[in-house]
Amino acid sequence: MDKQRRKFLKIAGATALAGISAPVVVNLTGSPAVASAAKNQASAQAAAAGGHGDDTAPKGVKLGLLIDMRKLYGHPELLDKATQACNKAHNIPKIDNKKSEIKWIWKTPFANAFTDQSTSNASYTTRNNDFLVLCNHCAEPPCVRVCPTKATFVDKKTGIVAMDFHRCIGCRFCMMGCPYGARSFNWMDPLPFIEELNPDFPARMRGVVEKCNFCGERLALGKEPACVEAVKEAGAIIFGDLNDPNSEIRRILDKEHTIQRQAAYGTKPSVFYIV
Amino acid sequence: MIEKALKGNPAYWMWLAFLSAFIAVGGICYLRQFLFGMHLTGMGRDLSWGLYISQFTFLVGVAAGGLMLVLPYYIHNYKAFGRMTILGEFLAISSIVMCLMFIMADIGQPLRGLNMIFHPTPNSMLFWDMVVLLGYLGLNVICGWVILTAERKQVKPPKWVYIFVYISIPFAVSIHTVTAMLYCGLPGRHFWLSAITAPRFLASAFAAGPALIVIACLIMKRIAHFDVGKEAINKLTTIIMYAALINAFFVCLEFFVGYYSNIPGHKHALEYLFFGLEHHGHVYNNLVPFMWTSVVFCFGGLGLFAYMKIANWSTDFFIGIGCALIFIALWLDKGLGFVMGGLAVNPLDEVVEYIPTANEIGITLGIWATGFLLVTVLYKIAVKVEHEVEG
Ligand code: SF4
Ligand code: SF4
Repeated sequence: MDKQRRKFLKIAGATALAGISAPVVVNLTGSPAVASAAKNQASAQAAAAGGHGDDTAPKGVKLGLLIDMRKLYGHPELLDKATQACNKAHNIPKIDNKKSEIKWIWKTPFANAFTDQSTSNASYTTRNNDFLVLCNHCAEPPCVRVCPTKATFVDKKTGIVAMDFHRCIGCRFCMMGCPYGARSFNWMDPLPFIEELNPDFPARMRGVVEKCNFCGERLALGKEPACVEAVKEAGAIIFGDLNDPNSEIRRILDKEHTIQRQAAYGTKPSVFYIV
Repeated sequence: MIEKALKGNPAYWMWLAFLSAFIAVGGICYLRQFLFGMHLTGMGRDLSWGLYISQFTFLVGVAAGGLMLVLPYYIHNYKAFGRMTILGEFLAISSIVMCLMFIMADIGQPLRGLNMIFHPTPNSMLFWDMVVLLGYLGLNVICGWVILTAERKQVKPPKWVYIFVYISIPFAVSIHTVTAMLYCGLPGRHFWLSAITAPRFLASAFAAGPALIVIACLIMKRIAHFDVGKEAINKLTTIIMYAALINAFFVCLEFFVGYYSNIPGHKHALEYLFFGLEHHGHVYNNLVPFMWTSVVFCFGGLGLFAYMKIANWSTDFFIGIGCALIFIALWLDKGLGFVMGGLAVNPLDEVVEYIPTANEIGITLGIWATGFLLVTVLYKIAVKVEHEVEG
């Protein structure tokens, strides 16, 4: 317990450091020189845009993720690879029981991922391929709104919707609030179910909620999120600052038509899909 | 005054022993859950709220129902409720204690419960729910105790206590409104995302709380020679009737919105609860018998009351039956259907059914038994004081 706690503090410290040097995170995908200048520019732009229907984060860094499904169709093994990389990086227990399982990023049919966009005459591709789903790191996250302890909060430096496992009381209100089913609860002690313990990430205790953290701990070390790295050769997942006009993700978003899950709920998801 | 609870006839002690047996079993079940984890419950990733939270929701209503006694007596000076208001206040105390126990049973890290106080979070409805619940509990403890003490000394209650009585009125409304807000502000949960949730909760509360009080009064009349009077009971059954009718009306409105708009999300929960939900060739209908029992009991109770009013005839026995029918109907509706129905379809459009485990039911019964024990002891004290005064 004590060891775990210390480990956690170390990571928390590292993440905070990453927050201070946020441009490092941005450098991952954007061009280095303009990162901080771009930040100011972006906030000015956002302020000017304002008003109804403005779907960018107001200011600062807002990390987001784009999944180019065109590169994943017909390759379910790539989806599994991304999931496995995440599971391994985050000590996610393997519990073969739908009731108690823990999921951060997983695959599911289109109709389940996009419940409000599933059409009655979907294409063959749509019907026969699974889609990757994960926490959307919403810009208006209901999970943060309902949490009574601030255990779920928005990291101001990165826009990541993060969790403090040591503060969570396990009321599971956030699971009710999240309209994406992105959160899991540790119904039992996860330790015995972790196949290969990764010493660089804290294991959880039972009775707390968890979810995808956009690999905040890896970003702190200047690495990419585990899922992005896992399918690197396909180039199917792009990660970066949505507010940086020079980031790769921003450039693709400007060019391609993308969709978000259940956008009508107004949660402003930061995960985008090209389908 | 506590000592009054320590004297009683064998029946009283046997009843307490009976309840204690349930409490002991509940305690053991809770210890198991505390030591081994919440996978001992029937809840899961998709259905992460269950019996505990639904019982909590229902009992907040029972606590708020005491308002139907306090309001006529203190605001409208309706004297017939004089002997009964203290019972409403004591019922509120016991129900809130049960509510708090259900919350503690439901959280995964109970030892961290105080985090809610250390890190107050005004944007969370759960925080406000805690505030109003503790407030209402405190108010009822103060009012109940001071007024009963005054009665015992046969003096008028001190003036200042009336301020607390008046504050407790909006608090009674707020506890149930805020509890409704736990549910009705969540995106993606169509069944709960309805502005009528709070009024519906209040209507069912104003029927369920008084129904329980009437039953308690009828029992005490028989075994403790404590008669609150026919007029009081009559008035209360009228209140129960109207509140139950309004609740039924609200449920019908939900049906209209769901079925007339024909939006699947709005229909799913109702379909699941009342007719069975077909999904990928499988029909999910665990709760259908319960919900129809609720409908039959509700209208059965209402019919019985209506008949008694029209025929100007009633017996304690049938009044008791009517109240029991309505109480059970509302328990099925709110203590079971409302939470489970809202969760039947998860955000990824999968259907999951909930079956509570024995351990979970054990804890639930244990907490109910604790509440009954508390209410028995408090009522015993109240009745003793009344008897003494009459001397
Ligand atoms: S997807 Fe769910 S868990 Fe993630 S930020 Fe949005 S509401 Fe919160
Ligand atoms: S379960 Fe934890 S993170 Fe979720 S709302 Fe409760 S305290 Fe917050």
